[in-house]
Amino acid sequence: MLPPQTIPPDFVMHPKLSFGISWITIGGPFRLSRRISCRNSAHCIELTWMGGIKLKRFVLLGVVILVVILAVIHSLRTPPGRSETHAPASITLAGSTSVQPFAELLADEYMNEGRDIIINIQGGGSSAGARAALSGVAEIGMLSRNLQGDEKTLDPTIIAYDAIALIVHPSNPSLNLDIAWIRSIFAGEITSWSEVGGKDRKIHVVAREEGSGTRGAFDEIIMGATEVTPGAIVQDSNGAVREIIAGDPSAIGYLSLGLVDKRVKAVAIRGVLPSIDTVAKNTYRLVRPMILATCESPREEVRDFISFCLSEKAQEILAREGLVPVTPAASGKALKPSHDK
Amino acid sequence: MRNKETLVQWILAIVALSAIAVLALIIIFIFKEGSPIIARLGLTKFITGTKWSPTKGMFGIFPMILGSIQVTLGALLIGVPIGLATAIFLAEMAPPRTSRILKSAIQLLAGIPSVVFGFIGLVILVPFIRQWLGGPGFSVLAAAIVLGIMILPTIVSVCYDVLKAVPPAYREGMLALGATRWQAIKMVVLPAARPGIIASVILGMGRAIGETMAVIMVAGNATKIPVSPLEPVRTLTSNVALEMGYAIGEHREALFATGIVLFIIIALLNTLARIVARPEKV
Repeated sequence: MLPPQTIPPDFVMHPKLSFGISWITIGGPFRLSRRISCRNSAHCIELTWMGGIKLKRFVLLGVVILVVILAVIHSLRTPPGRSETHAPASITLAGSTSVQPFAELLADEYMNEGRDIIINIQGGGSSAGARAALSGVAEIGMLSRNLQGDEKTLDPTIIAYDAIALIVHPSNPSLNLDIAWIRSIFAGEITSWSEVGGKDRKIHVVAREEGSGTRGAFDEIIMGATEVTPGAIVQDSNGAVREIIAGDPSAIGYLSLGLVDKRVKAVAIRGVLPSIDTVAKNTYRLVRPMILATCESPREEVRDFISFCLSEKAQEILAREGLVPVTPAASGKALKPSHDK
Repeated sequence: MRNKETLVQWILAIVALSAIAVLALIIIFIFKEGSPIIARLGLTKFITGTKWSPTKGMFGIFPMILGSIQVTLGALLIGVPIGLATAIFLAEMAPPRTSRILKSAIQLLAGIPSVVFGFIGLVILVPFIRQWLGGPGFSVLAAAIVLGIMILPTIVSVCYDVLKAVPPAYREGMLALGATRWQAIKMVVLPAARPGIIASVILGMGRAIGETMAVIMVAGNATKIPVSPLEPVRTLTSNVALEMGYAIGEHREALFATGIVLFIIIALLNTLARIVARPEKV
């Protein structure tokens, strides 16, 4: 509370205080302050060892009252004060955690351009995002899969594509799998690598948790009505999946293309390796859209933000982050997915 | 003075009640969120169903219940013998100085965050199991070993206190009869301390069942019933923690219902611990 420099003159310093001060500056003012005693005890503040503060009663009471008053004033003032001055317009985005980091980047860029607007971005998953947009809780729902069922009343804008790469340990020979094979592997019907042209090893299937957008897109594109084997190892993030695959020569898993690095090896699907190029040319199959969905007639600010997301500048940002842009101009400039995230 | 006394009593009572109120609110909330789906599916179907596929409307948590039990039993198998042996050594054999140092070292173990245990398990234990014992490494065994170490502090400190509470006269009488130290421990001290030791085991069990983070990291979280200790497994707690982030609607309710089942299991264990620990007041 009292830094050593401001100790009032009626405090007497203990001879050891010179040692104490060095500690005070390191460990905060309370540590060795029991060595501070005071001459005039009527209005002294007695500090005790390790932060237990003993204050004379009236001082304590005064502090408490002061804190309460400050708290009351603070709580009364802040919220209305803010909204009364000038309320900048705000847009709320909610939904897929796969889209979220990219939306945050775009929103930062958008706000940095000096617009008087606040963009709030929340996670929750694709389905939650669609619900939020339908109910009006959020202006924009973020989805990393196509609209389904009653969600189709929403107005979707695809801002980019994300490829899901199937990955194995780098010690494996280059693999080329058919979609039917991949389905059988993840359904637990094919259990040995020798059945798909690899070594004679048991396959360890690694999947994402139910509800994840990546899992949803993978199930939709590859699995169809077939179910992922309950024996699959389940991890709750792209990073954890990559960690397992990088360490286990017999594992196979999937993650966002942008997160593929040298420690894992991408599997070709029908002879096509995942890359921004093959996705743009529409030859790689395991691709999901990144969608911003709005109700039919969104506000002006919302429309402006979405058109910003499709602008060349925004698309370049997305391409730099490893997504496949939707506008041809930006896709030409994007050469490789970033490898270091 | 009198008034001040009552005032303080009131303040303390209110504070104490607010702590209990929080517990009550948590219970009400879990049951309110989770019970509709149990009512709809039927309790038996929810508990004995073997298929967990919430996005396709299948909610059977039997593999998770079994998973929790397997992992917990495994942890006890590893943690209890080591913990009890440590406690016996510390309470009966070690010189006081050694005992003090070792005891505080073990209590330090309790202060290590579970995510650190999980991470060490992930980096060291899982690859070790994969390489030397086979399977994917993420397994019942890995989870049991990590949990076995995590429950050590609980077991050691409770057992230690219980052993120390056995009246010295018991030991001395035995030694006077010509028994060796080990005979005295085996025949008199341990039987006298039995209720307390059992209570420590149940407390450790509660800790192991409730642990989440470390288990998620090393257990593999497959929703299949594991047939060997080298297969991946999912526990009740990991089921909730893994899928909570995305769950909506029925899926979310099912996770709260998982919480109800867990809550009931842990409440039963705690009651059991109280009943077992009570009779002899060691």
